[in-house]
Amino acid sequence: MSDLHTELKKSIIEQLNLEDMEVSEIENDEHLFGDGLGLDSIDALELIVLLEKDYGIKLSDPNQGKEIFNSINTMADFIEKNRTR
Amino acid sequence: MSKIYINGISSVSPQSEDIFEEENPLVYKENTLTALDQDYKSIINSMMLRRMSKAVKMGLYCSKKALLEAEVEIPDAILVGTGQGCMQDTEKFMTNMLESEEGLLSPTSFIQSTHNTVGGQIALDLKCKGYNMTFTQNSVSFESALLDAILQMEDESTQNILVGGVDETSQEFTGFQRLDAQIKKENISNLDLYKSESSGTIISESAAFFSLAPEKKASSYAEFKDVEIINSIEISGLNSKIELFLKRNNTSVSEIDAVILGRNGDARFDHYYEELQNGMFLAKCQLGFKHLVGENNAVSSYAFWLASKILKEKQIPEIFKLNTLNCSAPGKVLIYNQYLGRNHGLILLQSL
Repeated sequence: MSDLHTELKKSIIEQLNLEDMEVSEIENDEHLFGDGLGLDSIDALELIVLLEKDYGIKLSDPNQGKEIFNSINTMADFIEKNRTR
Repeated sequence: MSKIYINGISSVSPQSEDIFEEENPLVYKENTLTALDQDYKSIINSMMLRRMSKAVKMGLYCSKKALLEAEVEIPDAILVGTGQGCMQDTEKFMTNMLESEEGLLSPTSFIQSTHNTVGGQIALDLKCKGYNMTFTQNSVSFESALLDAILQMEDESTQNILVGGVDETSQEFTGFQRLDAQIKKENISNLDLYKSESSGTIISESAAFFSLAPEKKASSYAEFKDVEIINSIEISGLNSKIELFLKRNNTSVSEIDAVILGRNGDARFDHYYEELQNGMFLAKCQLGFKHLVGENNAVSSYAFWLASKILKEKQIPEIFKLNTLNCSAPGKVLIYNQYLGRNHGLILLQSL
């Protein structure tokens, strides 16, 4: 697991107040929404803010979100390719 | 108008609910009292719970417990009184705003900062699509919700109403209440509140919710008779206002067994209560509650909880008494509360 994967999991736990969850409990390929981690639309807004705040990535097309926020792996891939900080 | 029965009650405050039976008050040495933590996870989904501020947690917790006791799954209406609303989330997003220099803001605290978040979250959790209203009227917020409950009950199809009051403290905003002496400058013990001769009071957070219905059950607590809101009144007009309120309900001072007063130790405004204590209710059992649970804009809902318990259990715990008179079989209880000499509320409850 890369540092970015771990960092992302920590940020998600903190930002989304997943108090009972540990980094080790989130699988890299686990779905973040729906029957995976169970995140919802308010969490999606928080993740958009997280991308911009921590990695300088502004999502221009909201439709991209579904693909990017599929799992920790897809988020990490997108950040690696587009990060400005 | 049909009768209104109180079929389920629940409260969260700086004191445990068993204070009524145990009379074991918690003593606080600071002037801001936080509500006792509850086992919220036992009845609130943890994925919902993670975003909830204290007001939402307390409100939803009490709502579910009151409905459970009344064996109601989904009420026809949800009515919430809150004077300050969700202050913790308001403070959070405003702090974020300052720290990010009005840049990127976390949306959750902003979304949840409105006063009607509590009512909304209760409805979401219960999947209740019925009438949902939040009242913000300073210290008569709960009384306003009760008034709406009476109006809603006039609709014969209404079977159950959830009504409650909730207010939370927040680190910075609550502190602002020191600036205009709403909070006492010197720290005092809550149990010494009525000995205090200074300005201000002790501020707290609390919630109390009730399941009301036109049908009486074997487990019902009491009958909720009436509520009156008086925004502004001189002390000299208080007696006649109360007499009129009682007359409207076909009763009189002589038939009142106990009066619950919102005395809060603020030397500037407690004379409203003293007028009644030394006057029309001199020979009645007088009760206080703010030396135990503090002051907030929705705390009259705690008095409603206390009156419901008294009328069901037919006893008055010593810890609440302001005088030494006894009342062996309380039948009618009047609640009188005001804050800063404004927004006076009268509530009348009767035993079954």
